[in-house]
Amino acid sequence: MQREAHLASHTAGEPNRRDFIVVAAQAFAGVGAAVALWPFIHQMNPDASTQALASIEVDLAPIKEGQAITVSWRGKPVFIRNRTPEEIKQAAEVKLADLSDTSARNDALPEKAPAYDSNRTKKGKENWLVLVGICTHLGCIPKGQSMSDSKGEFGGWFCPCHGSHYDTSGRIRKGPAPRNLEVPEYEFISDTKIKIG
Amino acid sequence: MVSHHESTYRPASRLAKWIDERLPLPRLMHGQFVDFPTPRNINYLWTTGGLLTFFLGVQIATGIVLAMHYAPTAADAFDSVERIRRDVNFGWLLRNMHAVGASMFFVAVYIHIGRGLYYGSYKTPRELLWMIGVVILLLMMATAFMGYSLPWGQMSFWAVTVITNLFSSIDSIIPGLGTRIVQWLWGGYSVTGATLTRFYSLHYLLPFVIAGAVGLHIWALHVVGQNNPTGLDIKTASDTVPMSPHAVMKDVFALSVFVMLFAWFVFFVPDYLGHPDNYIEANPLSTPPHIVPEWYFLPYYAILRAIPSKLLGVVAMFASILILLFIPWLDTSRVRSAKYRPIYKWFFWLFVISVVALGYLGSKPPEGAYVYWARVFTAYYFLHFLVIMPIVGVIESPTQLPRSITESVLGGGGAVRADAAAAPERR
Amino acid sequence: MIASMRARSTAASLLLAAAAAAAGPLAARAAGEVQHIERQSWTFAGLLGKFDDAQLQRGFKVYTEVCARCHGVKRLYFRNLAEPGGPGFPEAAVKSLAATYQVDDAPDEQGKIGKRPALLSDRLPPPYPNEQAARYAQNGALPPDLSLIVKARGIEAGTPFYRVLDTMIRDVLTGYQEAGADYIYAYLTGFRDPPPGVKLAEFMNYNTVFPGHQTAMANPFTAGDGLVKYDDGTPGTVDNYARDVTAFLSWVADPRLEERKRLGLLVMGYLLITAVLLGFAKRRIWRDVH
Repeated sequence: MQREAHLASHTAGEPNRRDFIVVAAQAFAGVGAAVALWPFIHQMNPDASTQALASIEVDLAPIKEGQAITVSWRGKPVFIRNRTPEEIKQAAEVKLADLSDTSARNDALPEKAPAYDSNRTKKGKENWLVLVGICTHLGCIPKGQSMSDSKGEFGGWFCPCHGSHYDTSGRIRKGPAPRNLEVPEYEFISDTKIKIG
Repeated sequence: MVSHHESTYRPASRLAKWIDERLPLPRLMHGQFVDFPTPRNINYLWTTGGLLTFFLGVQIATGIVLAMHYAPTAADAFDSVERIRRDVNFGWLLRNMHAVGASMFFVAVYIHIGRGLYYGSYKTPRELLWMIGVVILLLMMATAFMGYSLPWGQMSFWAVTVITNLFSSIDSIIPGLGTRIVQWLWGGYSVTGATLTRFYSLHYLLPFVIAGAVGLHIWALHVVGQNNPTGLDIKTASDTVPMSPHAVMKDVFALSVFVMLFAWFVFFVPDYLGHPDNYIEANPLSTPPHIVPEWYFLPYYAILRAIPSKLLGVVAMFASILILLFIPWLDTSRVRSAKYRPIYKWFFWLFVISVVALGYLGSKPPEGAYVYWARVFTAYYFLHFLVIMPIVGVIESPTQLPRSITESVLGGGGAVRADAAAAPERR
Repeated sequence: MIASMRARSTAASLLLAAAAAAAGPLAARAAGEVQHIERQSWTFAGLLGKFDDAQLQRGFKVYTEVCARCHGVKRLYFRNLAEPGGPGFPEAAVKSLAATYQVDDAPDEQGKIGKRPALLSDRLPPPYPNEQAARYAQNGALPPDLSLIVKARGIEAGTPFYRVLDTMIRDVLTGYQEAGADYIYAYLTGFRDPPPGVKLAEFMNYNTVFPGHQTAMANPFTAGDGLVKYDDGTPGTVDNYARDVTAFLSWVADPRLEERKRLGLLVMGYLLITAVLLGFAKRRIWRDVH
């Protein structure tokens, strides 16, 4: 009568506590506790209103040849330029060997894709250039969107912070920036409308 | 006896031994929560402590993640709660858990206190344990009151206005002091966003103060050991079982049942314990027809309104909780557990009925018969502590106590013992 | 009717507003006045409740054609109309619908705020730009936003004290949370001519369930049956309008209802199994002690 109540817990030989029912109950409870963790983790992911703004649609019709606009997407500026034929020709003629960053930096393509102008535009819509307008050096917003802006030595964009020059395909040609301007994922949902993101 | 319980902990590995020589926390945990001798006869009312610790954890965890989305300003608070309900991933679930969790916390604490009152768990040597418990109750009430203001609905705003305004009753003792205190609390000349923001800061802080008080509470408990339904002290090892796995498994099982109740409210009737008016944005220019606090405050609210004088009403309301501190000395019984107190047993249940009645009356408008009955039950409430407890303990003859905890569980055989001084438990 | 009323002086309207605000709590129901409101049957009620998509779509139509004139529903985004758990409109349809609404644009280069077509990510625009404009148009009364109206209303059932406990237990066990919906339906169908002896204050209307029985809102369904044409063949009766718009507003107030109840059933099932297992495990462990 005294024996059974004694400190039974850590004597090795007690089979009771490791009985199947005990293990099963603990396992069931444990699984529930683990699953219950998920809402606490997932609540930190972007909420529905943020996700609603994860993609935007832009109407390109008002943008004349040679003009550019800046839109805000996921809190970042996006440059959209309607390039002139000269600008397109200039971009196409550049040899890969002259570029400091040979990757296309197009989110729709693998990283190894070479930085040809054709890899930075959509087929049949080569006049449209869509770039994330953040300098790849330290994050300033390069100049070149409005007519009066300096476009740098290569006719594209010029970052006034530390002097990076981008060409008419948004590729880095001179200055401290390490990478070409990023081309975000986008698609034409009609002849004159794109959806970014 | 229990305070000198030596842990049977033996470090299982070299790393465990290394830690044990430097910071014997595993040894402490083992001694206090694994091989700690627990009375073998404690019933399910003794699982409320574990429930409360769990729900403190739930409230802190859900509170912290809600705080990642909540905006503590008058302009944005209500909208931020709506954003949590609609847009935040699982926001609706976390918010329901936090709101319902507060109610579950109070369900558990009232059962916990009721258990203590019935079985005499406040009697020597557990007086300090009991008093720390009352402090925890007060901290819980302050936390819940401030937490309720945060959604900044109509009820949030007006409950804060009414309760903080009570402090102006101090004006009748020292003119002007009450008003200054109230304006200090408000941070303005009425309840404003400044009030909300400071309540948010304190609401975030107090649960950790509660956690500290709970640590002291458990420490005080482990020095004297748990009470049990017979009220007898632990005398031999056969009176006990090791806390783990026996008491722990019982706690976990009780928790799983209690969590079913919790989940039922969270998923099926989350707004049942709340008030529709709190889905209306706070409007300082429009008072709701009835201002009522959450259900767990209703008895005190009834006592507050039962007294015609504003100041005395406030005094009575606080007294109704502070009087709990003195119970170890108000109760004169030589026997702990009401199981063996034939007269007091009835008065205990009458007390419970009066508290429930006060709760009901607190939800009603202060008119007509409701006022009359609120006064009757308020008077009875204080009568219980100030008159019944002292007197009944003295005049009552307790029934025969078992000789030991073991005997109460395993049966002792034998009829009336010659030595009827298997005496009532002295302490 | 509104145009002629607008002709009255602003001062009178403001006075009325002040009086209404001050007299509000007193003009409202005598404390504890019991409301006799029947419980309706809603598809979304109870543990297994779900919204009826078709009903929500009809309710949305009633809202836009009847209620949206005066009442905003600012917590509803256009995208919600296409999300699961709601009316389930096709996203393309909602996109075109949104484009028919004009919302404020960002300031242009001159700082002027123009208008642009609404997107899925926009809220439904309110009928009035601010409270003052609403009160001015409504004789000092402010039509409340309807996003949470179903949750912000309840029923004073006047349960006698000895029935409180069993009523509570029954309501909790059946998952009853529809008091607000029952009230709104009763309110919308509760407009009557004032009974003899009751004098209506200026601009007020008699309603059988509104606390105090006088409400600033006129009967929205005065035109009677046929006011709104339903596309799915459901009869266009006032009763259906009231039911459907109440169901729609119940969804607006609680868009996660279906997900919540579905998850609730799963969780309760899991907890039941776990509790039973833990109960047996506890008995196993205590077998040697008892």
